[in-house]
Amino acid sequence: MAVKVMIPTPLQKLTKNQADVEANGSNIRELIDDLEKNFPGLKERICDETGKVRRFINIYVNEEDVRFLKQDSTSLKDGDEVSIIPAIAGGR
Amino acid sequence: MSYVKGLKCRECGREYPKEPLYVCEYCFGPLEAVYDYERIKKKLTKELIESRPENLWRYKELLPLDGEQTCGLNSGFTPLIRARNLEKALGVKELYIKDDSVCHPTLSFKDRVVSVALSKAKEFGFNTVACASTGNLANSVAAQAAVAGLKRYIFIPANLELGKVVGALIYNPILVAVEGNYDQVNRLCSEIATIYKWAFVNINIRPYYAEGSKTYGYEIAEQLGWKAPKHIIVPCAGGSLITKIWKGLKEFKALGLIDRLQTKIYAAQATGCSPIVTAIKENAEIIKPVKPNTIAKSLAIGNPADGVYALATVKETGGWAEDVSDDEIVEAIKLLAVTEGIFTETAGGVTLGVAKKLIEQGRIPKDESIVVSITGNGLKTQEAVVEKIGKPIKIKPNIAHFEESVKI
Repeated sequence: MAVKVMIPTPLQKLTKNQADVEANGSNIRELIDDLEKNFPGLKERICDETGKVRRFINIYVNEEDVRFLKQDSTSLKDGDEVSIIPAIAGGR
Repeated sequence: MSYVKGLKCRECGREYPKEPLYVCEYCFGPLEAVYDYERIKKKLTKELIESRPENLWRYKELLPLDGEQTCGLNSGFTPLIRARNLEKALGVKELYIKDDSVCHPTLSFKDRVVSVALSKAKEFGFNTVACASTGNLANSVAAQAAVAGLKRYIFIPANLELGKVVGALIYNPILVAVEGNYDQVNRLCSEIATIYKWAFVNINIRPYYAEGSKTYGYEIAEQLGWKAPKHIIVPCAGGSLITKIWKGLKEFKALGLIDRLQTKIYAAQATGCSPIVTAIKENAEIIKPVKPNTIAKSLAIGNPADGVYALATVKETGGWAEDVSDDEIVEAIKLLAVTEGIFTETAGGVTLGVAKKLIEQGRIPKDESIVVSITGNGLKTQEAVVEKIGKPIKIKPNIAHFEESVKI
């Protein structure tokens, strides 16, 4: 169950400067827990104190915003690509 | 000469140095430039501003450069027009158009933000700039980067209007048309920005870029004789412009350049893409993203980066929000053209259409000063109106046929 995860610049210090890493999990929540195992400290940066994905982070599975899917319950399968992206970007 | 102390997270307050950074490493909140207002207050007077050339750099102490401006030297200071014919048509007493459809050099308010972004990118030493754009930003980055001698990568949704594609290509950028909507282009650019160390004006240069929008608000206040209007209607895409107009007016008040500030600010969107307006109407705390479907492509951002701040601006000022259909957009474009002689793009149709609606609803009183924000030029979005205006009357070159064909 390997999923490719794109890591945003501000978090690359925690992934030894890798812009993408591999992780496992059958949904987004599990994926974040797995990332935390390999890159300690990552989870508290992606999620707030209640464990929910922070307001200023958007997560995409195969280019689709998970808010159009099942949020952090969105299921994952082998070969999927996940992007973690700061919400603050863009503007026409 | 710099009056910028550094960057600061809008959410958690953590401070950062003046670098090409845009999000807080800890909470992912947006970073914003922090100014030394005490020093600015000692220097920046009405007289000093008025003595300077008529472009956006007349407010340079309030813009985030360390050195002198190098790009967009003639941008900004567009006309604020007293719209007497439109006043009659809408039944109001005092209405103005702030007309950025004639901003230099690429005919939209984006020339303001790009002037600041590219001046800053040059200060940082970048030789390549890039952006994700629905068109106006593409045109401005392509043009101004060409002048500045910077390599330029422009990413647009593939379905953009021809006028905006030509308006970028003429400046010979590397223009990448992405099969997808703006939100997809933007996400792709965020991914590209993590790999290629370019100056993405609306990503890693964003804290500096966005400050350029404040000049739209400064100019409104200066051109009204150093006072703020009672009502401003602003088009919303990512939600940055509306936030920065309000910030600019608050700065003018804090610096004593205007005496009073009781302006209500209203958000305008197209019904086919109205996540910000919907949140305001439903009094929601968060913005629910949408998949855009509207002719107002320059406003078609379903996932607005500054949405929560746009929401906060409307609430803080006691304004409101409204949306208009594609038909109403076209009607408003035509209304502005025949009353004031201004041909605006679809975003301007949205703004005027919403202004009209809010006046009809009684949300905006008829006897107070109103400013309608016109941010782009209609020649770039001709597809939106070409089937909905008249056609030329074709005749043979003689008087008889003229009189036969044209009813006089």
